[in-house]
Amino acid sequence: MTISWLNRAATLSLRGLVAFGKFWYGFIIGDDWTVAAAVAAALAVTWLLHTAGVAAWWLPPLVAVAATGASLRRSG
Amino acid sequence: MINPAVFTTTFLAAAVEIVEMVIIVVGVGTVRGWRSTLVGAASGLVILAALILALGMALTLVPIGVLRLVVGSLLFVFGLQWLRKGIRRVAANGFRGMGARAATDDDIPTHGMDWTAWLLAFKGVLLEGLEVTIIVVTFGAAARAFPSAALAAAAALVVIGGAGALARRAVERIPRSALQLLVGTLLSAFGTFWAVEGLGIAWPGEDLAIIALAAWYVIAAAAYIGRLRRHARQLTPQDRLVPQEAR
Repeated sequence: MTISWLNRAATLSLRGLVAFGKFWYGFIIGDDWTVAAAVAAALAVTWLLHTAGVAAWWLPPLVAVAATGASLRRSG
Repeated sequence: MINPAVFTTTFLAAAVEIVEMVIIVVGVGTVRGWRSTLVGAASGLVILAALILALGMALTLVPIGVLRLVVGSLLFVFGLQWLRKGIRRVAANGFRGMGARAATDDDIPTHGMDWTAWLLAFKGVLLEGLEVTIIVVTFGAAARAFPSAALAAAAALVVIGGAGALARRAVERIPRSALQLLVGTLLSAFGTFWAVEGLGIAWPGEDLAIIALAAWYVIAAAAYIGRLRRHARQLTPQDRLVPQEAR
């Protein structure tokens, strides 16, 4: 009795956790994870270039537009 | 003191989601009756307001550099997502509104609470409003202008909710795709600016860089819309099926 109640509670918690994770994935990443990955990579490279003394503020907007174009091309 | 840039951007971003929220509530209310629908919508709004207040106050405790990097990166990715959706929708459908939403009218109780109407309105307000909440909280916190962001969302709710109450057709005609495209460019511009600033890198021209970034994304969006339209014209009639998400 107790075990079945615990199993049910665990299943419900897991479902809630999965739904929570899915909401955030859909909200932030959306239908194409490659754009988010490109942005993350661009920010990392920008920071590395900055620490090496290179001004790289131009990189993220450039990568963002290129990644958006590639995403549109794939889905279109 | 109101921050005009934060107020305008948050107002427009909130408006995109609130249009949909109002169409759902008005649709459910028209079909299933107003009392339960409005109670459901009000319940959803109370939860959203509490969330905005709690999260907004919590984020003011985070150091601004870290906050801008994290929030800026999130807004950057989220803004690009809206930009993509806006480009696809405007390329496929132009600047038209989203039209009416169907609501079911079976099993409506003649008296007492209509829990279906309550749930539909509550769910509609909560789900559509959750995105508004996150935008208000993150945007307000990153710009250190939380009151401006919260006020803008409240103003958008009053303006569009009022319009929905007075004239449903007017709300359905709001060009949501174009609004989404515009907000996508603004969120991407602010997100790029804050994420890079959060890395400790100064932009040339400081805050003016936001305008340049927004212009950059507008030009890119216009070019992509043109390309998608040219591509659609070149397709054969059998191939010219509108993608599901562009509808």
